[in-house]
Amino acid sequence: MTSYQEFIQQNEDRDGVRFSWNLWPSSRLEATRLVVPVSCLFTPLKERPDLPPVQYEPVLCSRANCKAVLNPLCQVDFRAKIWACNFCFQRNPFPPSYAGISDVNQPAELMPQFSTIEYIVQRGPTAPLIFLYVVDTCLEEEDLQALKESLQMSLSLLPPNALVGLITFGRMVQVHELSCEGIAKSYVFRGTKDLSSKQIQEMLGLIKPAASVQQGRPPAPQDPAATCRFLQPVHRVDMNLTDLLGELQRDPWPVPQGKRPLRSTGVALTVAVGLLEGTFPNTGARVMLFIGGPPTQGPGMVVGDELKTPIRSWHDIQKDNARHLKKATKYYEAMANRSSVNGHCIDIYACALDQTGLLEMKCLSNITGGHIVMGDSFNTSLFKQTFQRVFSKDYNGDFRMAFGGVLEVKTSREVKVCGTIGPCVSLNSKGSCVSENEMGIGGTSQWKVCGLNPSTTLGIYFEVVNQHNAPIPQGGRGAIQFVTQYQHSNMQRRIRVSTIARNWADAQSQIQHIESSFDQEAAAVLMARLGVFRAESEEGPDVLRWLDRQLIRLFMFHLRRSPFLQVFNNSPDESSYYRHHFVRQDLTQSLIMIQPILYSYSFHGPPEPVLLDSSSILPDRILLMDSFFQLVIYHGETIAQWRKAGYQEMAEYENFKQLLLAPLDDAQEILQTRFPMPRYVDTEHGGSQARFLLSKVNPSQTHNNLYAWGQETGAPILTDDVSLQVFMDHLKKLAVSSST
Amino acid sequence: MNVNQHTPMASPYGQPQPGYGQPGFAPVDGGYPAPYAPYNGPASAYQPGPPPQGPARGPPTSGAPSAPQQYSQYSHSQGDMQNGPPPMTQAPPRPAASQPYNQGAVNLSGPQPSYPQHYGPQPSMQQVTNQMTGMQITSGPPTPAGPGYDPPHSSQPPVNTAYSAAPPHSYTQAPPPASSAPTQPPAPSGPPASQQYYGGPPPPSQQPFNSSLPPTSQQQFTSHAPPLPSSQQTFPPSSYSGPAPTPSHAPAPPVSQPQQSFPPTQPPFSSAPPPNSHPAFVSGPPPPAQGSFQPRAPPPSSQPGSFPPHGSSPISMPSGQYSGPMPPQQQPPPSQLPPYHSGAPPPRVQMPPTSMAQNNHLPPGPQGPPGPPGSMQQPPPQPGIQGGYPPQQNGAFGQVRGPQPGYAGPYPGQPNYGAPAPAPAPAPAAQKRLDPDSIPSPQASDMPAVQKSRHRIDPDAIPSPIQVIEDDKAKSTEPFATGVRGQAPPLVTTNFQVKDQGNASPRFVRCTAYNMPCTADMAKQSQVPLAAVIKPLATLPPDETPPYLVDHGEGGPIRCNRCKAYMCPYMQFIEGGRRFQCGFCSCVTEVPPHYFQHLDHTGKRVDCYDRPELSLGSYEFLATVDYCKNNKIPQPPAYIFLIDVSYNAVKSGMVNIVCQELKTLLDYLPRENPEMDSVVRVGFVTYNKVLHFYNVKSSLAQPQMLVVSDVSDMFVPLLDGFLVNVNESRLVIESLLDQIPEMFAETRETETVFGPVIQAGLEALKAADCSGKLFVFHTSLPIAEAPGKLKNREDKKLIGTDKEKSLFQSQVGFYNTLAKECVAQGCCVDLFLFPNQYVDVATLGVVPVSTGGSVYKYTYFQALSDKERFLNDLRRDVQKLVGFDAVMRVRTSTGIRATDFFGSFFMSNTTDVELAGLDCDKAVTVEFKHDDKLSEETGALMQCAVLYTSCSGQRRLRVHNMAVNCCSQLADLYRNCETDTIINFFSKYAFRGLLNNPTKAVRDTLINQCAQILACYRKNCASPSSAGQLILPECMKLLPVYLNCVLKSDVLMPGADVSLDDRAYLRQLIGCMDVPESHVFFYPRLLPLTKFESGSLPVAVRDSEERLSKGGVYLLETGLHLFLWVGASAQQELLLNIFGTPSFSQIDPSLTSLPVLDNPFSQRMREIIESFRAQRSRYMKLMVVKQEDKSELIFRHFLVEDKSASGGASYVDFLCHMHKEIRQLLS
Repeated sequence: MTSYQEFIQQNEDRDGVRFSWNLWPSSRLEATRLVVPVSCLFTPLKERPDLPPVQYEPVLCSRANCKAVLNPLCQVDFRAKIWACNFCFQRNPFPPSYAGISDVNQPAELMPQFSTIEYIVQRGPTAPLIFLYVVDTCLEEEDLQALKESLQMSLSLLPPNALVGLITFGRMVQVHELSCEGIAKSYVFRGTKDLSSKQIQEMLGLIKPAASVQQGRPPAPQDPAATCRFLQPVHRVDMNLTDLLGELQRDPWPVPQGKRPLRSTGVALTVAVGLLEGTFPNTGARVMLFIGGPPTQGPGMVVGDELKTPIRSWHDIQKDNARHLKKATKYYEAMANRSSVNGHCIDIYACALDQTGLLEMKCLSNITGGHIVMGDSFNTSLFKQTFQRVFSKDYNGDFRMAFGGVLEVKTSREVKVCGTIGPCVSLNSKGSCVSENEMGIGGTSQWKVCGLNPSTTLGIYFEVVNQHNAPIPQGGRGAIQFVTQYQHSNMQRRIRVSTIARNWADAQSQIQHIESSFDQEAAAVLMARLGVFRAESEEGPDVLRWLDRQLIRLFMFHLRRSPFLQVFNNSPDESSYYRHHFVRQDLTQSLIMIQPILYSYSFHGPPEPVLLDSSSILPDRILLMDSFFQLVIYHGETIAQWRKAGYQEMAEYENFKQLLLAPLDDAQEILQTRFPMPRYVDTEHGGSQARFLLSKVNPSQTHNNLYAWGQETGAPILTDDVSLQVFMDHLKKLAVSSST
Repeated sequence: MNVNQHTPMASPYGQPQPGYGQPGFAPVDGGYPAPYAPYNGPASAYQPGPPPQGPARGPPTSGAPSAPQQYSQYSHSQGDMQNGPPPMTQAPPRPAASQPYNQGAVNLSGPQPSYPQHYGPQPSMQQVTNQMTGMQITSGPPTPAGPGYDPPHSSQPPVNTAYSAAPPHSYTQAPPPASSAPTQPPAPSGPPASQQYYGGPPPPSQQPFNSSLPPTSQQQFTSHAPPLPSSQQTFPPSSYSGPAPTPSHAPAPPVSQPQQSFPPTQPPFSSAPPPNSHPAFVSGPPPPAQGSFQPRAPPPSSQPGSFPPHGSSPISMPSGQYSGPMPPQQQPPPSQLPPYHSGAPPPRVQMPPTSMAQNNHLPPGPQGPPGPPGSMQQPPPQPGIQGGYPPQQNGAFGQVRGPQPGYAGPYPGQPNYGAPAPAPAPAPAAQKRLDPDSIPSPQASDMPAVQKSRHRIDPDAIPSPIQVIEDDKAKSTEPFATGVRGQAPPLVTTNFQVKDQGNASPRFVRCTAYNMPCTADMAKQSQVPLAAVIKPLATLPPDETPPYLVDHGEGGPIRCNRCKAYMCPYMQFIEGGRRFQCGFCSCVTEVPPHYFQHLDHTGKRVDCYDRPELSLGSYEFLATVDYCKNNKIPQPPAYIFLIDVSYNAVKSGMVNIVCQELKTLLDYLPRENPEMDSVVRVGFVTYNKVLHFYNVKSSLAQPQMLVVSDVSDMFVPLLDGFLVNVNESRLVIESLLDQIPEMFAETRETETVFGPVIQAGLEALKAADCSGKLFVFHTSLPIAEAPGKLKNREDKKLIGTDKEKSLFQSQVGFYNTLAKECVAQGCCVDLFLFPNQYVDVATLGVVPVSTGGSVYKYTYFQALSDKERFLNDLRRDVQKLVGFDAVMRVRTSTGIRATDFFGSFFMSNTTDVELAGLDCDKAVTVEFKHDDKLSEETGALMQCAVLYTSCSGQRRLRVHNMAVNCCSQLADLYRNCETDTIINFFSKYAFRGLLNNPTKAVRDTLINQCAQILACYRKNCASPSSAGQLILPECMKLLPVYLNCVLKSDVLMPGADVSLDDRAYLRQLIGCMDVPESHVFFYPRLLPLTKFESGSLPVAVRDSEERLSKGGVYLLETGLHLFLWVGASAQQELLLNIFGTPSFSQIDPSLTSLPVLDNPFSQRMREIIESFRAQRSRYMKLMVVKQEDKSELIFRHFLVEDKSASGGASYVDFLCHMHKEIRQLLS
């Protein structure tokens, strides 16, 4: 272990954890002074091709309120066949199956390299994966066609035994019955009426109405045939469903001039959620919502159908002028909570040029761990490939998705957990390790993450509770155990346990050590998450102020300018979209989001990263900017002229051709792995799309100081935003003044 | 008819007396008097009366009175004989009666003019009859009656003239008789045969009668030759004929006569027949008689006509009947009786005359010639009798005169006398029954028979619907031209052609009165309802032109500025044609330039006859966009089929049948141009507890089903593809209809909803922005949780209590609201019910009834046996022309106002009748009230305008104009009434009253009003007569019998086996019936089918078990049911012809159609059945009823003249009751 850098990298690779501090201040007071809390980014399902799951179940601490899992940190008495819990110090006997345990014959979970280990739970029924498509039919013909094709294509990606269902909606909501032959059957719900889950199930014929149930006998066991009418194994209804999708028509109800189509997104989701609630509670299921516009009627409506009333903007929201906002948000939140209780996750695929109401609906995905994908049209590769990537498979041929995850955090007694920020929901499990101080979603030591994938990353915040006057013995370690139970995409139930430990350090005597253990990247992301979390719940300017007060770091300049905190120039939907992804991506991706990467390609040398600054925009360069959501290739003025002149076609300018291709290849590489697909922009100097780049770079050159910097370098940005230089100047003053 | 018959009876006696000379009378009288006294007491006394005739009466010597009684008795006896008394009594009485009748009536009529006075006394005879009927009235007059009767005859002659119209027929008949007279010889032998025939009267018909007439008389009848005598005889024969269904054709005329005879009969009722008759003739009766006579029947006319002039004429009527007696007079009284029955040889001479009369009835032609002579002869004797009869003429007695008609035969007016046939008609009946029994012991038995008969009224003596119907048929040979204001059209039972000359055809509009009282006071006094039954879109027979379509251009139809009446023949153009004055409100309106036309010298527009709206009573305007909802040209309508697919529906086979049928039926959606495809679009929904909509868009390979389970808040789940053009989506639709039965074959769902089903259809129409019709096929009480959910509330204990009315009311308010919404959208609902138990028709029917739809009910539906009926109903319902989104407005001229409306519609204000759908079978009854004085000069005008969307989506206005006269004399009112229409009104009025009043109160109201109508007539129009006499206006003489039918209907007097649903169903059904349907519904048509005349139907017989012959086969039609009654001793050949089996026991009572056999009889029979079905808006399932089979109970229910199992009064009883009521009112 040569450096913290390596240590950190190793930890991340093995356990999927990155702490802001890798030495923990040993008292609460000291921890508070550090400003950045002890916290970590945890990727529960980090891909570990080298970690085969064990085929047995974990051994738990027998103390009722502990139940920690046996781990390498535990003290083991091989002779007495007793182990001591490192969290509560309970001494536990090994179960009979461990009878053969000895110094030389240790189970995997006791080996240090298995600080993260995965168990397969053999008990309980295995449930199939469920995919319920909820499709908006108020689309342009072209869009609908593209969507239909994507959906049909997706059927081939599903495992044959996965259950699939289809709900379409427009003015009405139709639940398609897939089992019947001949006549295509569907149940229709009015798009304006909120229905309880029970009503929905009654209407779908899943349960007998209350009246007949009252007659003494308990509800008859559900008729499997009835249950399955709407959700059928892919292999059985493949053809049927393909035809059905093929026959999907645009919503037939006329849309008068000056009106939006009536879109019953709210009810469609209720029905979807209600259907799954009734049929497959506590089973992994994915509701995939495809929308081409905002909900315009019924519960959850975001905007009325009058076109003359535009959909709410940040301005409206700030002026409290968004009529439907609160109601709709509340509606979707309630639904998301219901859904999460049963472990179903909801994806939103919104493709429209205007907003689609993501602001209100984001909680559906945020709470349940579903995806949000935003695009301009279903007929774009952005959507098509992103959607395809949802069904990507890992090295084992299993989907990179998991369901119904429950993350539990156990801490040693000096540390308590304050909360998490990520796509999860609290399970309200109050234990001894729960801090009263909430950060993010707190007040619990268990969270439900209904939809997981290998990159799903949670920010987890801790509090050191050890009092200053109760020093921790030298060499003491604080331990944290993450226990993640989930349904694997191969239908197994699994438990992954990661146990990590960090040394305590006295801040007064070992401040240098602590400083050196600081993980700047992790801290930046974690703080950014906090900022985003606050931004979601508080007014924007306050958050910025808070952030400014809390942090004095370079990248904060970009964070302040990022769409995660800054709503200017972004619609509420876009903000929601960006934030959604920010709070779930892993560290690397998060950093890209905060501070986009800019590569420069030129004849002067190999590609090189350059400053995200307007000074980097030069005529003879090709720039490749990756901001996670956008991938921009920018051809400098000269390059663009050359290209226009067609030099790349000439044999003698083969090198120019190479130069042009280089960024494309790199971009392609990024596109391969990125989810969701970024917006891919290929533009040039003066192109309208160049704005994506210009808005990101540091405006070191603007129309204000254009001449001061000389004309030969960079491109001026027409903005009033302060440049980094100005920001830094201000910051310095501020730092000094505040220190006095 | 009873009345008639009675009178005839009386008259016969009277006649006999005259004929026999006074002696006969004297004795009779004497004898009668005593008996009468007793008789008087008991209504039934009449019967007893007869017996006395022979002996008792003789003794009494009370004279006239007794005579009448005797007559009456005779009549009774005859009646009895005919009716009940099978052998002995009947036989004797009949002959006697018949003879007397003929002789008396006919003969007398001729001479009688003078007689009338004589008859004055005879009236007593009539009185007797009255007594017979239970009225004591007769008692007084007895003595005179004898003579009086004769007079009537005399009086009849004059009548004859009046009858002249009708008479001709009779005359014509008469001649044949003459010829037949020669044949008479054989007749003697015939008599017995005839009797037999009578037994099986129908087939043998006239001939049998002739032959049957044992005595010469019968022969005479057959021969007709012996006019005069025959006349008397004729009565018997005629009577035979009457009874004999077969003779129906011939009988028809007779029947008419019988009607005439009614008057006489009435006289009998009236104690003071003579006077009554006279007055009657003079004032009311005569005129009506004439009017009616001319049109309908010589009979009535004869009575009235003859009566009035002669006064005796009424008597004559009786005399006619008496004619029978007449002979007897010559002979010893008793002998007379026998002769009649047996065809008394001695009287034969006279008998011939009677026969004439009969002949008249039967074979009118021949009678004519002979008639006169006969009448001549007879007259003399009869005069006295006639005198008695006159009173009868009033109408009530008409029948009595009927006999006279027979006389008429002889007379010029004979035709009318032919009418007297009425008397004969009864006689025949009597004969039938009598024949078998009577023949054996004619004379001897007579006396006793008579006695027996006295106890009850002879059903043949009271007004006979059949007679009236037949008379009207006989009278209506010319096309009916509507040009004359206030002219009553022929009866609904008559086939006639209409020529529109400025008033709406009776097929569109029928009024209760064609001569309205000028003042509200008069109207109130008379209590005659002033109403019109309007069937705006009625289908016209092929030989009549449908209303022309008039286009007045962009400005729309030309209307009065003030009252908005549409241009019509009543608009008066003034100022050279520049303006017109409204006939309704008198406001003057400018003529638009494009409509200007010069006037000719009479003030008529030159183009008057080029423009339908100026010359016709009915026409259509093309409506402009101003007349459209939301000022938008309407979309073509749509038909939506909503099929219950719950367990019961599937199991009964209904679903399968409907789906199969729709596949072909959809090609027959209504269209106006047969060349074109229908523009009507169709949609499909199935449902149980949830609804399934189907997308059948033509571009789909397979239909799509959309299930809506949210029934609490119904909506339509799709727009495009729900309503489609049949041709475009044919494949998809067929595929759907194939799959529906399969899909639900295994269903276990038993619960259904109903409210949401209609809501669904309504919403679908709303979404498509069009009007249309829903066809709902439903099986059970909707108990599933949904709006409009119902409870089973059938509680037998409530029946008969004050709470009964609640059972007819809608159980929940939901459907009323829904109906309103449907109407606003132009959504008409037709409901086909297939219940296995209570479904609460009263509630389920609310929407159909309010939207102009129909309810069809197939209780215990079984695919095998009910399929045909259902499918035919469905086919007709789908195919028939219908208008949508209709608004009907009835405008009237100043002085009256449409105040009340009955039918299947909805009204949101007091003037506009809103009909979501209006088809060709729906009628609306409109009641008018005075709000000012009417003028005799201008009459009263009404204009019914219906704005509707045709099935091709065209917006139109159909206009019907009707003008009626106004009168300041009540008599005019009574002379121009139409009983069938009145009954239509009464039934609707009463059935609606059920919603708010206890059933008993409703019944009482009806009886009271009817009594008041008749009492008012009696008081103001009839000649003064004793209080005991029942006098009926000619036009309303059937009012009691029909009213009784209404009172006895299942709705007002349910039998134990009649379910609440049935009652509610009938109640709603009748609400929109037009007059022909309500008529046959209340008084079913009963046809004897033993023998057919080529090309024409047999004459119907009265709805009484007594009219059925064991050897016969009868077809009974109610408009809803069709029964084929087979007598237990029907001939093998007959059965072989019909059923293909010679054995009665082998007839399968579950047959619903007759086997197709290759013989003319079977063929004809099936033709008749088919033609009946074609006439009605609903398909009638055929039920074969074997005599003495269990199913006969059902059949008997429709024999409405009999006592019903549920306690309904028999016709005779009710008539007595009515008389009592009237007397109470008068006193």
